[in-house]
Amino acid sequence: MSNGRPNQIFRNLNAKVAAIPMIATASVVFVGGTVWTVYYSFTSSKLLPKAKFVGLDQYERLWSTNRWLVSIENLFIYGVFSLIFSLVIGFLLAALLDQKIRFENTFRTIFLYPFALSFIVTGLVWQWILNPDFGVQQVVRDLGWTSFTFDPLYNAEIVIYGVLIAGLWQGTGLIMCLMLAGLRGIDEDIWKAARVDGIPMWKTYLFIIIPMMRPVFITTLVIIASGIVRVYDLIVAQTSGGPGIASEVPAKYVYDAMFLKQNLGQGFAGSTMMLLSVLIVLIPWAYLEFGGKKHG
Amino acid sequence: MVEAVAGPAGPRPVRALSRRNIILYGTLIVIAIYYILPLYVMVVTSLKGMPEIRLGNIFSPPVEVTFQPWVKAWAQACTGLNCDGLSRGFWNSVVITVPSVVLSIVIASVNGYALANWRFRGANIFFTILIFGAFIPYQVMIYPLVIILREIGLYGKLPGLVLVHTIFGMPILTLLFRNYFTSIPEELFKAARVDGAGFWGIYFKIMLPMSLPIFVVAMILQITGIWNDFLFGVIYTKPEAYPMTVQLNNIVKSVQGVQEYNVNMAATILTGLVPLIVYFVSGKLFVRGIAAGAVKG
Amino acid sequence: MASVSVKNLDLSFGSVKVLQNLNLEIEKGEFLVLLGSSGCGKSTLLNCIAGLLDVTGGQIFINEKNVTWNEPKDRDIGMVFQSYALYPQMTVEGNLSFGLKNARMPRGEIAQRIQRAAKILHIEPLLKRKPAQLSGGQRQRVAIGRALVRDVDVFLFDEPLSNLDAKLRAELRVEIKRLHQTLQDNTMIYVTHDQIEAMTLADRIAIMRGGAIQQLADPHTIYNKPVNKYVAGFIGSPGINFLDGNAIEGATPSFDAQGIVIPMDRYAFAQTPQPKPAVFGIRPEHVLHGDAAVGQAFSQQVAVDVIEPMGSDTLIWSKLGPQDFRFRVDGQADLSVGDQVLIGFDPANASAFDAQSELRL
Repeated sequence: MSNGRPNQIFRNLNAKVAAIPMIATASVVFVGGTVWTVYYSFTSSKLLPKAKFVGLDQYERLWSTNRWLVSIENLFIYGVFSLIFSLVIGFLLAALLDQKIRFENTFRTIFLYPFALSFIVTGLVWQWILNPDFGVQQVVRDLGWTSFTFDPLYNAEIVIYGVLIAGLWQGTGLIMCLMLAGLRGIDEDIWKAARVDGIPMWKTYLFIIIPMMRPVFITTLVIIASGIVRVYDLIVAQTSGGPGIASEVPAKYVYDAMFLKQNLGQGFAGSTMMLLSVLIVLIPWAYLEFGGKKHG
Repeated sequence: MVEAVAGPAGPRPVRALSRRNIILYGTLIVIAIYYILPLYVMVVTSLKGMPEIRLGNIFSPPVEVTFQPWVKAWAQACTGLNCDGLSRGFWNSVVITVPSVVLSIVIASVNGYALANWRFRGANIFFTILIFGAFIPYQVMIYPLVIILREIGLYGKLPGLVLVHTIFGMPILTLLFRNYFTSIPEELFKAARVDGAGFWGIYFKIMLPMSLPIFVVAMILQITGIWNDFLFGVIYTKPEAYPMTVQLNNIVKSVQGVQEYNVNMAATILTGLVPLIVYFVSGKLFVRGIAAGAVKG
Repeated sequence: MASVSVKNLDLSFGSVKVLQNLNLEIEKGEFLVLLGSSGCGKSTLLNCIAGLLDVTGGQIFINEKNVTWNEPKDRDIGMVFQSYALYPQMTVEGNLSFGLKNARMPRGEIAQRIQRAAKILHIEPLLKRKPAQLSGGQRQRVAIGRALVRDVDVFLFDEPLSNLDAKLRAELRVEIKRLHQTLQDNTMIYVTHDQIEAMTLADRIAIMRGGAIQQLADPHTIYNKPVNKYVAGFIGSPGINFLDGNAIEGATPSFDAQGIVIPMDRYAFAQTPQPKPAVFGIRPEHVLHGDAAVGQAFSQQVAVDVIEPMGSDTLIWSKLGPQDFRFRVDGQADLSVGDQVLIGFDPANASAFDAQSELRL
């Protein structure tokens, strides 16, 4: 060995070259893009980004815009119900499929196929099914209940629940799959022990299995939550934000501000708020998931 | 043979119609019907003529089956800009999806391999950022990407969109490949190194042949994901290059003339067809893909 | 009085027959070990007795009561699992009491039973801890405790020590033996693939293979008088020597191990010997060497091929005729490769099997 230690930079050079796309994406797009957007959310950018600082003006405007407030309220309602129903329905479906039933694959295929469809397709189908003149409402009226009213897509009060129905139809299959994988991961001896102890099945689920599946629930929760903040396509297809602005969501507000209204500053401020809401979920999770391991 | 004593013997008597089974299968069937219904309504509606739709009920099967709506949706439906149907969007989506799937998988697999087997200093920092990036709302990053693409002359062009799909597919795919390559016994990798194989030699001769299933999983994930994309398509392409989802939305939302629900539904099915076929054909691999996609780093 | 009896038990999964026409009688207070390699049906049998698997045919009695159709909780059994199967989010106390609370037992009684079990198992200081804070050995004690508080007559152990390291396994083995001595009246059925555990713990061992019991006997008999070649080969470490050859009828019966003739007049034949292909088995520890070998019914000079020192004793590999032959010498014996040694043994200690049926001759 004449030169002794080889130069550090050239060690694993091929691996470093192979990682360039990742390094570029992570640093330029993810970190750079995020920092850039947050930075320009403090400017008065309109048609083009301009580094003219106006402090928190954009945020003040944002929080005094009715449409944004409606968007936040919708996101909140949609988020809370979506979380609760996804977890409950997803777990129940998984528990039902876990009963050593026949045709398990058929049922699973049926519950999961909506997840393969895009939000655009989902939104349009449910728009059609919830159409008051031809859809469910009319079918029930034709059966004799002539005063039956169920037109969520035309009623500003409940439109977000109409979207929720479609969203749950599309997404619960995924949650079921994750829950089922979690259930299958539980040591079979636990079930046997509970049977020998004479614990009824529902009690076993409630007091033993669900607490054991805590990590699965948390991961699922993070996945659902980060999906909720992004809800955009579904709204565009199913309601276009209507009636009026009754079903607007932050993602749509941001898109419209950036690309339709030439109001970049508002778009940046809105997206920064979205980022903030995700971080509120993400940081405690990351802390629990990865920070905790050092102690255990 | 020991003499059997009177009393219970053999398997526990099970009644096929026990209360438990009725509740269990009853619930499952009712829920299954709820999940199938939208697909059924789509198909049924697309096969009816408009007069029948106006008079009948959305759940009733067509009295007179017509394929006219399908023909119209494919070749004649108007988007406001032109009237050559969804076929244009279909081919646009094909042209977008194929290179995006190939490029994203090639980059992510090599990257995952580098992370799994050739750990170098700093790799984990970037990987962590990448995974966190998967949860960041796209809205924060779309405008800076517009600027980047404009600077390199790809904004509004097909290669630009391919690049965007590659970037946003990277976190999940890299995770997928990294985890898979980590599960391959390290001795194999060490043995190949002792035998003198280098970075690319090991990748092509050892890792690739062993990882076909995970490539299929990645392909399923990407084909459905990119085909179903709406947001990036609408932002990073021009109207004549819009993917199928965007065009579908424009057809349905087009306000010219009377709403033709049967054509809308035919167009909707056509758009959903590719991912549905991928889903039904791939079966268990699809489940594996989404499960792998959802696991933590 | 039979504590557990299994009559004509069949179990199949679809077309795969796991257990076939199995019969077993276990006395009250007996410690029975089901021993076999993986896939022999030993755990399946235990699960059938516990009621965790539905049988395909036959009957199971516990305390003379037909429990074939009963739920596990109604069978008067307690069970201990290989993976402990403790409820992870409950304290030790919670684990012990959960089943009892569920059966609506009065609080005082529950506390009393937990106290007793904790005392027997020396886990009193651990009651407030969670399973994650316990070592493997402590966890298994708690798992045994969970069976103990149920105050049942029959304990079922499904490979309870297999997840522990060798040292802990030896310690807990003794604990379980003590436990059985303390609880004289309790029947224990214990599944394992470890022959040492089986030999040390069992009153009787049932060696299983392919869903059937090969031999059911006390450890001494199993070791000395294996009923067939499989049992002879399965029990004993280092394994028994098998020599292929022929049984010879003559003035005195003998065995021709490919040119080496072993006189068999001292061997207790199970049936009148007939000339036919057979297998001769002798355990390495029954082979004497040097001066001790002089005067044995069979003796022979052999050359040392390989030496395997194991501490307390040393295993020597050599050849008897063309066939491998191992014998055990003292750990301090001074032998080197190539040495000529005189070995000998008493065929009364040996076992001979029919080459075809593999049954004991």
